[in-house]
Formats: sequence, C-alpha cells, structure tokens
Amino acid sequence: MLNIKKINTYYGNIHVLKDVSIEVNEGEIVTLIGANGAGKTTTLMSISGLAPPRSGEIFFLGTPIQDLAPNKIVSLGISQVPEGRRIFPYLTVMENLDMGAFLRKDRDGIKEDLDYIFDLFPIIAERRNQAGGTLSGGEQQMLAISRALMARPRLMLLDEPSMGLAPIIIKQIFDIIKKINTENKTTIFLVAQNANLALKVSHRGYVMENGRITIADSSNRLISNKQVQEAYLGGV
Amino acid sequence: MDWEYFLELFLGGITRGSIYALIALGYTMVYGIIELINFAHGEIYMIGAFTALIIATVLTMAGFNQVAIVVIASGAAVLYSCAYGFTIEKLAYKPLRNAPRLSALISAIGMSLFLQNYVLLAQTSDFLPFPSLIPDFEFWEPYAHIISSQELVIIITTAIVMILLTFLIKFSKIGKAMRATAQDMNMAMLLGVDVNLVISATFIIGSATAAIGGVLIASHMGQINFYIGFIVGIKAFVAAVLGGIGSIPGAVLGGLVLGWTESFFAGYVSSDYEDVFAFIFLVFILVFRPSGILGRSVSRKV
Repeated sequence: MLNIKKINTYYGNIHVLKDVSIEVNEGEIVTLIGANGAGKTTTLMSISGLAPPRSGEIFFLGTPIQDLAPNKIVSLGISQVPEGRRIFPYLTVMENLDMGAFLRKDRDGIKEDLDYIFDLFPIIAERRNQAGGTLSGGEQQMLAISRALMARPRLMLLDEPSMGLAPIIIKQIFDIIKKINTENKTTIFLVAQNANLALKVSHRGYVMENGRITIADSSNRLISNKQVQEAYLGGV
Repeated sequence: MDWEYFLELFLGGITRGSIYALIALGYTMVYGIIELINFAHGEIYMIGAFTALIIATVLTMAGFNQVAIVVIASGAAVLYSCAYGFTIEKLAYKPLRNAPRLSALISAIGMSLFLQNYVLLAQTSDFLPFPSLIPDFEFWEPYAHIISSQELVIIITTAIVMILLTFLIKFSKIGKAMRATAQDMNMAMLLGVDVNLVISATFIIGSATAAIGGVLIASHMGQINFYIGFIVGIKAFVAAVLGGIGSIPGAVLGGLVLGWTESFFAGYVSSDYEDVFAFIFLVFILVFRPSGILGRSVSRKV
C-alpha cells in the first residue's frame, strides 16, 4: 500500500533521512521505533508532504506522491496524527472534527463517521462544544485520532500517540488503535517511544538509527531481539 | 453637562471608529495568519477611493442616476482593491514566506511606497474633490444636527459588513479553515487545507473591507489624494494593536476606542492635538495590556 523507496530528506543542510525504505501493506499495523532525533517524525512528514524528500520515491497505492502538495496527499487517503496532537486550541471539539473532514463533501458519510467516533470515544461526544484547548492530554489524543479518522483515511500515520500520557490512558489509546485497525480496516503506520506496547499491537516493525533503517522484522521477533530489547524496551 | 454635545461626539467617534475598524480588519486578519504587518494595506484603501472616484466621475458624465453610481462605483472599488490585495500577496509576500520575518516586512514597506508613488504619477499630487455619494436624507433632517445622514450610512454599512464577516468566519468552510490556519498552519496543511488559498482569501477579504472603508470616508471628507492611505493606515494599525492584533473583535473594539478617544479629545480639549492624544493613549494601554485589549497573551512554543 505504502512503499517508500530510498528517500533522502534534508532540513536545510542537515541530512536527516538517509536512503530510508519502508513498506506498509494493506491492513497492517507497522511500527517505527528509534531514539530521539533518529528521524521518525521526519519520515512521517516526508510521507505527508510537509518535508518532501530530495531524492527517492514514495508510492501510495501505486501513485508516486513524493512531489504532491500535502492537501493532495490527504485527498488520496493518508491522514496524520502528529506528535504533540496539535489540536486547534480555540476551535471547539466539533470544529476540530469538522476540520478533519475538510476535503470531504459526502454529508451522509461524514455523519456516519461522526457517529462511529462518538461511539468509540463517548467523552468526545460529551465535550463537543468545548474549546479544544480545554481538554486533558488523553482527551486531546482521542480527539486528534478522531480528527484524523474524519478524513476516512486508508492509511493513518500516528506519531508518538502515548507521549505525556498516564499509563492507563496509554493502554486505552493502544486498544483503540488496534480496534480501528481490525474494525475499520484502516492501515496504520505508527511511530512510538513506548516501543513495548507499540510492538505488541503491531504486525511488523522497523528500527531507525541516525536516519537509517537498521532492522526490519516482524514485531514478535523484534520483541525478542536482544539488541532491540536493550536499546528500546528497557532490557525486558 | 451638555448631553446633546456628548452624544454628538460619541456618535462621531463611532463613525471614525467604524472606518478604522474596517481597515484594521485587514491588518489583523493577515497578521493572524502569516504574522506579517501588511504596510501596503493603507494603500489598498487609497486605491479603493481612487477607483470609486474615477468610476463615479465617468458614470456622472454618462448621466447615470445616483443609486446606480453608488452601487457600481463601490462595487468597482471593492473588486479593484481585491485584485490589488491578491496580487500584492503573490508578488511581494509569497516568495518570502520562508524568509526571515524582517524581509517580508521590508517588502511590505516597499510595496506601500511603490503604490503611493504609482498613484502620484498616474493621477496627481493635488487633492481631488470626491463627490458626495451619500445624499442627505429628508426623513433624517430632524436629527441631522447630531449625526448626519452620511455618518449614519457609515455606521450602518460597517455594522452590516461586520455581521456578514462574523458569519463568514464562524460558519463557512473557508472561515473555519482561516481560523485553523491562524492557530496552526502546518496542522491545517496536514488536514488537507490549501493554505495558499486561505492566505489569498484573507488578503481579498481584508482588501474588500478596506475598499468599503475608503469609499465611505472619501465620500464623507469630500477630497482624496495619494497620501490618504498612509495616516489612516497607521491609525487603523494602531486600532488593530490596541484591540489585540490577530483578534477580529479586537480590531473592531480597537477602532471604536480610538475613534472615541479622538472624537472626545477633539471635542472637549483641542482638535489640533487629537493625533498626539490618540497615540499617547495607545502607549498607555500597551503598558498595562501589552497584547492589546482582547489579545491573547503570547505563549511561544519552544
């Protein structure tokens, strides 16, 4: 579904991504783990078109997207839940959700998805008239995921969904991610600090070090990999 | 206390304030989205007034009736100003969007000077008489000593524009996209918003309200020249800062506060020093509320 082929991305003169190749198949949950500053967020921004690669190719459902504008990429079916959630603080929860469906015109479909989201996160339905900035961290993460779902994406990019949240909320968020994948058939590409939980819900994983992919394997094997355990799983 | 005189000054303040507010909207909306002080905005207002003057003169010679002249001249002023606003952004600001903020600011000042001199050369440096587009209504005669028909029209037109704008910003798709873009441009892009379109729309809307302001005030004052955009532009900018730059209700409130300050000072103290007093008042407010009356205190993301 998503096929990243040897991309090189720069921020100014800094060479961030070096020959990165990643593949995500339809229906999968794939995790990208790596230390701070390894280039995980840049990878997602390259896919979304906010940090287009200087060389290499990105195919989505067979279409090359590396030169497309961000709004074109969204319209093809890729949504991102960025790091730090980035809720619009002065828009209401409902307006934040409306913004998620910005490119859609099918009123009935939007209504359907809204009902699905309110079912998934009853708390979001309760808070729909509040300003986004007044929500707690966990609620904001739920809203950010909901907002991305409102685009009815085929591929959802999730950047650090557990950042700054209480363990019980993190567990809840990952359950929902799993649920969205199985129920809604949304393919998910996940970037995670909490590699343990992320690998448990995902099918495959990649390890990134200094802008390069160093290991690519199934999640099960990654969890039992000595190197990965020591570096990213707190030596479980 | 002479209440009738007070009321007169109060309403006069609203009239001035309305004009400042109409122009301040353009400053504040553009700043809200791309954090640029568009110094060429005052010139948009001046160009609106000139367009209306030219069209109205031609139509008068052609023998059109008063209503047709007002509608066509104002419409042309709005369209022409919008075209200018749109083009200025594309030429002078868009190429500098990722450059240091100061570069775009200097580009804006350059654009302002260019437009002033362009109109100076294309037209004249003299004051040109501007026809009174708004007649004295007969039914308003009994109250005309407190507020003239013209001032009444200015206040009502401004109120209508403000209400329409509020609806546009609050409920329309482009309005929501504008607010989202102002709060987090990259996030808006990640949701599929074409920010170039949003920025163009912002310049067009701001130019339209400035042109309306230009036609109203020119018709009220009765004369215009190439330089009118400068001082009114500065005052409208003051209004925007006073209200809290980036905030639309702030621009309206700032305009009114500035209008009242000038009107009351001119009426009770001296009209020679009204500008001085207006700017002293600005300093005074900013000392106590640095982000303006309705401005949000800035918390920078690190």
